[in-house]
Amino acid sequence: MNAPATLAPAAELVGTDLIVDGLRCAGCIAKLEHGLLAQARVAEARVNFTTRRLRILHDASLDADALIADVAALGFEAHVLAQAAAPDRESRRLARALAVAAFAAMNVMLLSVSVWSGADGATRALFHWLSALIALPAIAYAGRPFFDSAWRALRQGRTNMDVPISIGITLTCAMSLYETAVQGPHAYFDGAVMLIAFLLGGRLLDSVMRERAQDGVAALLRKLPDDVRVLGGDGEVRSVPTAEVRPGMRVLVPAGDRIGVDGQVEAGISDVDRSIVTGESAPEPIAPGGTVLAGTINLTSPLTVRVTAAAADTVLADIARLMEAAGQSKSRYVRIADRASRLYAPAVHLLAALSCTGWLLAGAGWHAALLTAVAVLIITCPCALGLAVPVAQVVASGALMRRGVLVRDGAALEKLAAVDTVLLDKTGTVTLGQLIPVSGLPEDAAARRVLLALALGTRHPHARAIARALEAEGVVPALISELRELVGSGVEAIVEGRRAALGRVEWVAPGAAAAAATGPRTWFAFDPAAPACIAFSDAVRIDAAPAVARLRALGLDVQFVSGDAGAVVQSLATRLGVQGHAEMSPADKYDAVARAEAAGRRVLMVGDGVNDGPALKCASVGMAPSAASDVGRQAADIVFFGDWLMPVPVAIAAARRTMRVVRQNFALAIGYNLLAVPLAIAGQVTPLVAALAMSGSSILVVGNALRLRGAAR
Amino acid sequence: MSIVAVLIPVALLLGLLGLGAFFWASASGQFDDLDGAALRILIDDEPQRPDDRP
Repeated sequence: MNAPATLAPAAELVGTDLIVDGLRCAGCIAKLEHGLLAQARVAEARVNFTTRRLRILHDASLDADALIADVAALGFEAHVLAQAAAPDRESRRLARALAVAAFAAMNVMLLSVSVWSGADGATRALFHWLSALIALPAIAYAGRPFFDSAWRALRQGRTNMDVPISIGITLTCAMSLYETAVQGPHAYFDGAVMLIAFLLGGRLLDSVMRERAQDGVAALLRKLPDDVRVLGGDGEVRSVPTAEVRPGMRVLVPAGDRIGVDGQVEAGISDVDRSIVTGESAPEPIAPGGTVLAGTINLTSPLTVRVTAAAADTVLADIARLMEAAGQSKSRYVRIADRASRLYAPAVHLLAALSCTGWLLAGAGWHAALLTAVAVLIITCPCALGLAVPVAQVVASGALMRRGVLVRDGAALEKLAAVDTVLLDKTGTVTLGQLIPVSGLPEDAAARRVLLALALGTRHPHARAIARALEAEGVVPALISELRELVGSGVEAIVEGRRAALGRVEWVAPGAAAAAATGPRTWFAFDPAAPACIAFSDAVRIDAAPAVARLRALGLDVQFVSGDAGAVVQSLATRLGVQGHAEMSPADKYDAVARAEAAGRRVLMVGDGVNDGPALKCASVGMAPSAASDVGRQAADIVFFGDWLMPVPVAIAAARRTMRVVRQNFALAIGYNLLAVPLAIAGQVTPLVAALAMSGSSILVVGNALRLRGAAR
Repeated sequence: MSIVAVLIPVALLLGLLGLGAFFWASASGQFDDLDGAALRILIDDEPQRPDDRP
C-alpha cells in the first residue's frame, strides 16, 4: 500500500494489530485510517472491517498503549491483539480445497448429464474415464481434511464424523473405477465429488467462524515485572530477577510500579490497585501490616514489602494454574455433530454391510451386491450433519456479530443453548468497571478547568476518572504553574496566584469535616473556604436490570459472584433481584462454578477480570465484555462489545434458536434417509437419483438454517 | 462427435483457468476483508501523502 514517505528510510517500522470496537460504516473506516495517518509516526493504518482488526505500521517509538489512546481519541475502543494471524490459515486451505472440489464437481456433472441423457457404448466409457481423470486427483486433494482427521481418530481408537465420510468416499471411488474399467453403466464420481464439495462448504463455514472470533492469547504471568528491587541488610538496593526472590527478603516497590511478589507491608502508606486479582476498581489504602499481592499496582507512595511468596507460589500463579486445569476439562466437550455420528456411523456401516450380504444371499453377484452397498453409503453420507450444523451456527453467529457478540466457535453456541445457571461477576460485568465521579464536581466553569488541569497531572485512578468525565464534557484545562505531585497526598499547583489542590482530605483541606459518605472519594480545594468532596462510584450498566430480568424470563438461575465487599454486592443484588455472593476469591468463584457443574448444572460465567479467569474456563460457557483484561477475554468463549449487558440474554436466546434449527435439520436429514435408504437397499438408486437426493437435501437444510439471520433479538 | 475432442479440453482448460485465478486471488488476500471492500468504495479518497505515488 502506501509507502511511508514522511518517515526517514532508516526509521524502524513495527506492526501492531489491534481489535477495534465501534466500526459501523465507511465513514468510521475513513475517520480511523485518516486520523491515524495524520500522525507523523504512523506509516500505515489498514482496517479489516470483517474481522474488526486494525493493522498499524508505525515507528518503533510508539507502543500499543499509545496507539490505543490515539484510537480512543478518534472515538473508537481498541484492544491489543497479541498474536498476528498466521498467513496460511485453516480457512484458506479449506477454501482452496472447496474450489478444487467445486471445479471437479461441475465438470464431472457436465459429463454425467450426457451419460444420464443416453450416451452409451464407447462415448459412455470415454466420459467415465474422463470423469475418473478429473475426480480422482480432485478427491485426493480436496478430501485430505477428511482423510487426515479420520485417520487421526482411528489411530486413537475413536470414531468421528470423518470416518464414515472417508470410508464412503474411498469405497465409492474404488467401485466406480472398477465400473469404468469393466465399462459398466454406473459410476458415482459425480456423487463423490459433490459430497466432498458440500461437506467442505460446511467445514469452511465452521473454520471461518472460529477464525473471525479469534483473539490474541496473552500469558497471565506476563503481568509480573521481570525483576524487583531487593533491599539488602546493609540498606543497599539490588535488582533481582523475580524468579530468584525468596520469602523473607525485603523488596522496595516505587510508586506507580507493579508489585512483583506476595508479601506484607513493613513500611510506607499507599494505595494499591488490586483490580487484577479482586476485580475491585477502587484503589485500596494500605498501611504497614497489610498484605499485597503480586500483579497489583502500588499507586501513591513507595512501600517496603517483606516477601511471603514469590514467582510460582504467588496468588497470581495459582490463578494461572487453576485456569490451566479448568481448560483441560473444558476441551473434553464433544460437539453435537460428533455425538450424532457416534450413533450414526455404526448404523450406516451395518446397514451397508447387511444390504451387501442380503443381496449375496438372495443370489445376486458380488458386483451387484457391492454396488448396492456403495449406493447405501453414498445416500446415507452425513451431509446434514456435516453441512447443516455449521451453516446454522455460522448464520446465527453472524447475526450475533452484528449485535456486537463475538462467538469463538460453534461448540460455544451448542453449550450456551444448554445453560441453566448464570453467574455474573459484579465489577466490570454488571458495572462498567470504571469509576465515575457522581457528586462534588464544581459548578463554576473556571474551577472545572482548574480541576481538569490538576487531574491531568497524575495517573491516580481517581484523577483519571475526573479527567475522563470533564474531557467528555468538553472542558479545556486551565493554565496552571508550579504543578507538583506529592506522593501519597495529591497534586497541587498555583493558578492566578492561588493554590489549588486535589488529593487526600487531610492534605488538601486539613480540618474539613470528614464526609459521612462511604465509597471512594477525593478532595479538591481551589476556593480555600469551600473544599469539595468528590465521590465516585462504579457505574452500573444502563440496561443491567432489564437484562437480568430477561435472563430470568429465559428460565435461568441468575446469581452474583463478586470479590467485592458484602454491602456493595448486596445492595446491587437486591436492586436487581438476584442472589449475591460477596468477597469471593478467584478460587471461591472457581469452586462455585465447579460445584454447580458437578451437580449437573450447566453454568454460564460472565466475568471480566483475571480473578474470573479460572471460573470462566471452568464453566460450560464463559462470556466476557470486550473491555475485560486480556486474561478474561482469552478464557471466555464469547466476547461482547459495548456498554450494554443485554448481549448476554440475547446470545442465550439466539443459541437456543440455533439449536432448535439444528435439531430440525437433523429431523430433515433423518426423514430424507428414511425415504431414500429403502430405495438404495432395493438397488433402485442410480447415480442420477443419488445426485438429486444429495443436492436436494443439502439445499433444504441450508435454507432452513438461513432462517436464523434474524436470530439475535 | 469429433467436436467433443476439442470442446472437452477447451471446457476443462477454461475451468482450470478460473481455478487458477481463484488460487491467485486467495493467496493475494482478495478475500480477507469482504465487508470492508464493499464499504471502501464510499470513501472519497484513499489516505495519501505527498510523494506517495510514483
